[in-house]
Amino acid sequence: MVAGGCLFTRTPLALVRETLRQRRSGLTLSRNLMCTEGDLMMAAGAAQRVVTAWMSIGLPWGVSKVMRHYVESGQVALEEWSHLAFGLRFRAAGMGVPFLPALTMLGSDLMGVAGTKTIQDPYTGETLAAIPALFPDVALLHVSRADRFGNCQIDGYPHMDVDMARAATTVIVTTEELVTEEEIRRRPDRTLIPGFLVDALVLQPFGAYPHEVWGRYHADFEHFAAYTADVDARGVSVALSDYLARYVHAPATFEDYLELFGGQRLRRAQDAARELVPGI
Amino acid sequence: MSTVTPAELLAVMGSRQLRDDTTVFAGVGVPLLAAALAQQRHAPKLTMVIEGGIIGPQIRPGRLPVSTNEMRAAHRAQMLPGITDTFLFAQRGFLDYGFMGGAQIDQHGNINTSVVGGDYWKPKVRLPGTGGANDIASLCREVIILTPHERRRFVPRVDFVTSPAWLAGDGSRRRAGLLFGGVSRVVTTLGVFGFDPDSRRMRVEALHPGVSLDRVRAETGFDLLTAPEVGVTEPPTDDELEMLRALDPERRFLG
Repeated sequence: MVAGGCLFTRTPLALVRETLRQRRSGLTLSRNLMCTEGDLMMAAGAAQRVVTAWMSIGLPWGVSKVMRHYVESGQVALEEWSHLAFGLRFRAAGMGVPFLPALTMLGSDLMGVAGTKTIQDPYTGETLAAIPALFPDVALLHVSRADRFGNCQIDGYPHMDVDMARAATTVIVTTEELVTEEEIRRRPDRTLIPGFLVDALVLQPFGAYPHEVWGRYHADFEHFAAYTADVDARGVSVALSDYLARYVHAPATFEDYLELFGGQRLRRAQDAARELVPGI
Repeated sequence: MSTVTPAELLAVMGSRQLRDDTTVFAGVGVPLLAAALAQQRHAPKLTMVIEGGIIGPQIRPGRLPVSTNEMRAAHRAQMLPGITDTFLFAQRGFLDYGFMGGAQIDQHGNINTSVVGGDYWKPKVRLPGTGGANDIASLCREVIILTPHERRRFVPRVDFVTSPAWLAGDGSRRRAGLLFGGVSRVVTTLGVFGFDPDSRRMRVEALHPGVSLDRVRAETGFDLLTAPEVGVTEPPTDDELEMLRALDPERRFLG
């Protein structure tokens, strides 16, 4: 399974939350930079392997103690790729080729993590890294707007979602906004993912919260601070099992989940985003 | 001049390494502050490039991003090309500088931000990982490392080469297939370091005012070479410090 966005931006959290509610296990989760969704997938026992370039929330919150707990104990395998190599794995798969030659990761110990091979350029004999394609079974993506045919537009950073959508066997998308077919046809230049790539589309405003979506709502840094403080105070097992109970399993619907944060807080996040990126 | 924090010293000394009309791949925190300071002072045509997929952003004082891919990092940016394509600009050779920090660094400039001790799959300490650091180290034409100088960080050989500099020296970087680049400078809280052109072992090029060579050697876990002439850096000026502090009034990164 691969999750789109990057770190705490455009994370398909409503879909990750549903994956956790279904008590899935034994999954391999890929994401270029992993954040709290990775913590939750590890703590719930849903992911036994993660494929990533970097994992934690961000500089002010320190190294993820949840990631350290599960990886250092050997319970979860962390397969590390450079950020570009990670992107090229999906670019290759999205192009339908088995690998792409690249000049990155060469000579580093990252080559040995997943047995990345080198090849000789058949024309010049130069050494290149052969970055293998990654074809995920399922891609979970969260976009800005889509029509009922699954044509998707993403405002702001495209990250790696387009390659992920092309690479995956099944693509499940949540969208902040459902627009008419006419709206998409009026601005086709903004469409990044064509509907024929998308298997299922769900309208889910605030579908990335407490992470952020470009021009719509800012990430909830206070929530991150409270979360890491609780992990520091009570330890990984207790803090995460309570978090999963409160935010994943107790609320029956996503609206109930958002109620835990409250309307005032969501409006504040919207105001902060509109101030940073006016006019969406 | 008021007391200078280690982060301020690194940002000022780092900013002086950047020439005008160039491109720099900068991580968040001190590297981004150093690039922004250079842009404001002596390099107005410097183009910053950020890992989240951002070309040409400007820094809004007091609104420094904490991640490379949040909305705040794109302030007044010129282009948002996506992450893979942003790194491909570097692979094609368009990035003059890479600006990085480092958890553990060795005598050939290689950096470890992955695992310390134990087995890779069950390490004693698991660090966040490379992110784009390996790509910056592999693909920028010149890499500058900004790091506090501590003996535990400066080790003879890193436990794991996350980001390659000169590998084992003596041409091993080129033999691995890396066509260009490599670490040119390591800017620390004690001085400015470079590498011997042949062996590619780290050498002292300049010391910050009041720092002795003995102190640097005591804080370094391997034998340091010295450049033919070891200089003394100019301390941060009031002007530089004032501009830098205005960028981070909440002192989120300046300490």
